[in-house]
Amino acid sequence: MKKFIKILCVIMSVAMVVSLASCGSSSDDDTLTMATNANFPPYEYKEGENFKGIDVEIATAIAEKLGKKLEIADVEFGSIIGGVQSGKYDMGMAGMTVTDERKKSVNFSTTYATGIQSVIVKSGSKVKSVDDISTMVKEGGKIGVQQDTTGDIYASDTEENGGYGENNVIRYKNGADAVQALVSDKVGCVIIDNEPAKSFVAANKGLEILQTEFTVEDYAIAIAKDNDDLLKDINKALDELKKDGTIDKIVDKYIPSK
Amino acid sequence: MFDDFYSQFKLNFIDENRWVSLLKGLGTTLEITFLALILGLVIGIVIAAIRSTYDKNQSSLKKKGGFGYVVMRILNFICNLYLTIIRGTPVVVQLMIAYFIIFANAKDGTLVAVFAFGLNSGAYVAEIFRGGIMSVDNGQFEAGRSLGFNYPQTMIHIIIPQAFKTVLPTLCNEFIVLIKETSVAGYVGVMDLTKAGDIIRGRTFSAFMPLIAVALIYLLLVIILSSLVKRLERRLRKNER
Repeated sequence: MKKFIKILCVIMSVAMVVSLASCGSSSDDDTLTMATNANFPPYEYKEGENFKGIDVEIATAIAEKLGKKLEIADVEFGSIIGGVQSGKYDMGMAGMTVTDERKKSVNFSTTYATGIQSVIVKSGSKVKSVDDISTMVKEGGKIGVQQDTTGDIYASDTEENGGYGENNVIRYKNGADAVQALVSDKVGCVIIDNEPAKSFVAANKGLEILQTEFTVEDYAIAIAKDNDDLLKDINKALDELKKDGTIDKIVDKYIPSK
Repeated sequence: MFDDFYSQFKLNFIDENRWVSLLKGLGTTLEITFLALILGLVIGIVIAAIRSTYDKNQSSLKKKGGFGYVVMRILNFICNLYLTIIRGTPVVVQLMIAYFIIFANAKDGTLVAVFAFGLNSGAYVAEIFRGGIMSVDNGQFEAGRSLGFNYPQTMIHIIIPQAFKTVLPTLCNEFIVLIKETSVAGYVGVMDLTKAGDIIRGRTFSAFMPLIAVALIYLLLVIILSSLVKRLERRLRKNER
């Protein structure tokens, strides 16, 4: 047993050294690596082999301004901030809401879009407004969310903090799975960003979005704490893109109703 | 460095009682593994019995012909089909098919996971058992028959006890694989150990602590399991000399 503990210590320390060593590394100077979760239409999704969406186009415009080549890494949503923090990716852009918790780990650029957390239900559901969710939960219903998104964070928070409790939330790897679970009655409602919600409702018959929104929030780009230069550059580029109307044009292209 | 280690430890496990979700996740992992193990064993034994009976008696059944032969052929065909499908597709895909298609109306993801992993493991266990039965020398079988045992009696009293000893290490291997395979249960919203670690990672944005903790827990589980099996093996070997 003693030997086992010794070996364990060695493994642990090697792993720590490796993880510390990897902190300093960052990618090439002439590429801008963006981490995203491409299952979040219309902000990011894949069409065939190509990435598309609002975030992708804005990132392309930013990269152009910075004179860099954009590279996109499609990872799980929950791995984005960790990856940015460790320098694996230059920035994280995935319809990501600015929260205090996230601010502890990364810096955020200025806001480039506003997100709304909406509630999707089956047509004719007992849940008619956001207030009905707690009744549904009391009757044993579950809330479906995409793991690690703000919808997950809010919904799985304790009741005192305005959530519904950990046990009443089922977390799926992506939004499409959560919606699929709603269609087959595994969950009573899905809390997710409004724009992807619209796409999901359009793609599945018998679903609707509640009129009242769950929350309103700001989307921004996540950048590593020690990468102040990039933060400045990106904020400057965003500013210019806002002023010349590029961002509005991109958003309008994907969300015509605005 | 140590301060940093401690604050990371506190953030990932102690703050907001995050260790509780790891513990709950461990419980779910054990529950799924244990139930899937039993289901897999049952399926495996049944299929191995059918397949090896067919293999061993093929020629005599054919000679006799008639109803028994047809039934055995059909059963053997179904078992083969099952083995081909289960072993030919990834377990994650099977799990999602079970959750989103077969049991589209099931509410409890854990039970669906038990079903999917049990069905998956059953295919491997079946082949392990069949291999064990086929590995026992035919002379043993003939000896049993000449002593007046019929086919099932020979199987139960002579072949299976010997086969069991042979398959034990491979069977243990399959159980180890099963424990680790359940780590994909998170795909269908089940809060297993891996997913619990994942969620901590998603909240604290630190990779090291949650991942290493989850890895160590799995490692510990496997070490305990293999030491138990080792002990059983030693015990079974006692009467060999």
